[in-house]
Amino acid sequence: MSILISLFAAACVLAGAFFFIAGTLGLLRFGDTLSRVHALTKADNLGLGLIVLGLLPLADSLADALKLVLIWALVLLGGTTAAQLVASAVRRDQRPPE
Amino acid sequence: MTGWMLDLPLALGLFGAGAATLAARSLFGAVLGFISTGLIATLVWVRLEAPDVALTEAVIGAAATSVIILYVASRIGGGAAAPAPPHIALRILAAILSALLAVLLALALLALPEQAPSLAGPVLERIAPTGLGNPVTAVLMAHRAIDTLLESAVLVFAVFAIWSMAPDRRWGRAPGPAFVAEPHGPLAFLARVLPPIGIVIGIYIAWVGADAPGGKFQGGAVLAAMWVLPWIAGLIAPPSISDMRLRLAIAAGPLVFLMVGLAGFVWAEGFLAYPPGFAKLLILLIETAMTLSVAVAMACMIAGPPERRPQP
Amino acid sequence: MNAIAPFALAAAGLIGLGLYGMLAQSSVLRKVIAFNLLGIGVFLVFGVVARRGAAAGLPADPVPQAMVITGLVVAFAATALALVLTLRLHQSTGAVTLAEDPEASTPPSKHGASAE
Repeated sequence: MSILISLFAAACVLAGAFFFIAGTLGLLRFGDTLSRVHALTKADNLGLGLIVLGLLPLADSLADALKLVLIWALVLLGGTTAAQLVASAVRRDQRPPE
Repeated sequence: MTGWMLDLPLALGLFGAGAATLAARSLFGAVLGFISTGLIATLVWVRLEAPDVALTEAVIGAAATSVIILYVASRIGGGAAAPAPPHIALRILAAILSALLAVLLALALLALPEQAPSLAGPVLERIAPTGLGNPVTAVLMAHRAIDTLLESAVLVFAVFAIWSMAPDRRWGRAPGPAFVAEPHGPLAFLARVLPPIGIVIGIYIAWVGADAPGGKFQGGAVLAAMWVLPWIAGLIAPPSISDMRLRLAIAAGPLVFLMVGLAGFVWAEGFLAYPPGFAKLLILLIETAMTLSVAVAMACMIAGPPERRPQP
Repeated sequence: MNAIAPFALAAAGLIGLGLYGMLAQSSVLRKVIAFNLLGIGVFLVFGVVARRGAAAGLPADPVPQAMVITGLVVAFAATALALVLTLRLHQSTGAVTLAEDPEASTPPSKHGASAE
């Protein structure tokens, strides 16, 4: 049973790390700001979500597990707002033709 | 061996991010490099088994410092032309001297004797009377309380100094510039949703510092952020800098600390000594006042001197 | 000591980088950033020394850790003051450097307190 849990945790954390690497690559390589924001939010939401999911069965107590979920929820909230703000700044900059 | 696999990339990343900060062509690039350096330094502190410092570095060193640098950069970076660097000979000399210092320092650190002196033992031996479980908090509040008292006074003086930068005609107004309110924008949404959670988290971090990683500075910084966020979103107006309640809140930490310290002459062995049996209670009292002061002082430092137009 | 050698080297390197940045860059804001890099390096030296002092069942000596926490907060206060001074300098003279003759490096412009 514990081997299964370890395997599940390792798989989830690895998948999460993959999303972070892909998101970072996108952030560095994509051409325009909106695509970069898109890549970044995917890394935040899915990457961190998968890592938290993998760590949940390893948490010592229910309180620790809830704290992990809370961290993910707060990052979602912050990341979403930041993405919205960046996107609206882009739109504001683009409105007057250059 | 697994430790090295983690430590080497971290150490290289830290130095690389620092070098990228200096090499960045634009001001914003330098700020982004600095943010990365601070975040990697936070991870290094975790690897150095110092979770209290990691929390402080994350909240104050990386986050709050980056916020104020980014804010000032966005206000002066845009229009200003890049200034001419100093003469090339001066830069080469600076590079040689800085590299020399770094090499000497690295050699000194590597040559430290294997048997390291440590105060961990004495701290643990004397931790019982304080009633604290976190040795770092015990050092901050009991063994080296004078440092912490002086530091809390530094925060008050820093706020004085920043406020005194205000033009005369704005003295007595609210700190910081005026922000445009966008009542239905994403920032206003965050400023409505986050503070209830963030205030609980800030108080939790300050409270748990007695026994676990955390403390007044880390918790106070989170509380400061929760207060500044609605200012920036334009939802609430900060109080005027001549508001007595604001000034008392900033001074509360050092005042309570000083009063408890002076009471030590009467009730205990001397300045900043706690009477036996009351140490935990008095430490909690000081920590509560200091959490409030750190939060309010940091919010005022982030906002800067009054710039707001007179209220109609 | 070997276990923390990478961090000791990185800390020494950051101190060198920060010092060079403070000396060789003319923009005041960049000097402030370099000052903070220097600070990260100095604090990490404390961290390395604290980790060496692992004893009595503690993973690191708590005394240097407490000093670093104090130092981080003071460094933040100093940075905040330096930034406000930089901003006021820019608002009242339009300069972004402390050069002897600001007019030589930046075009004189009337920013005044109304900037932004």
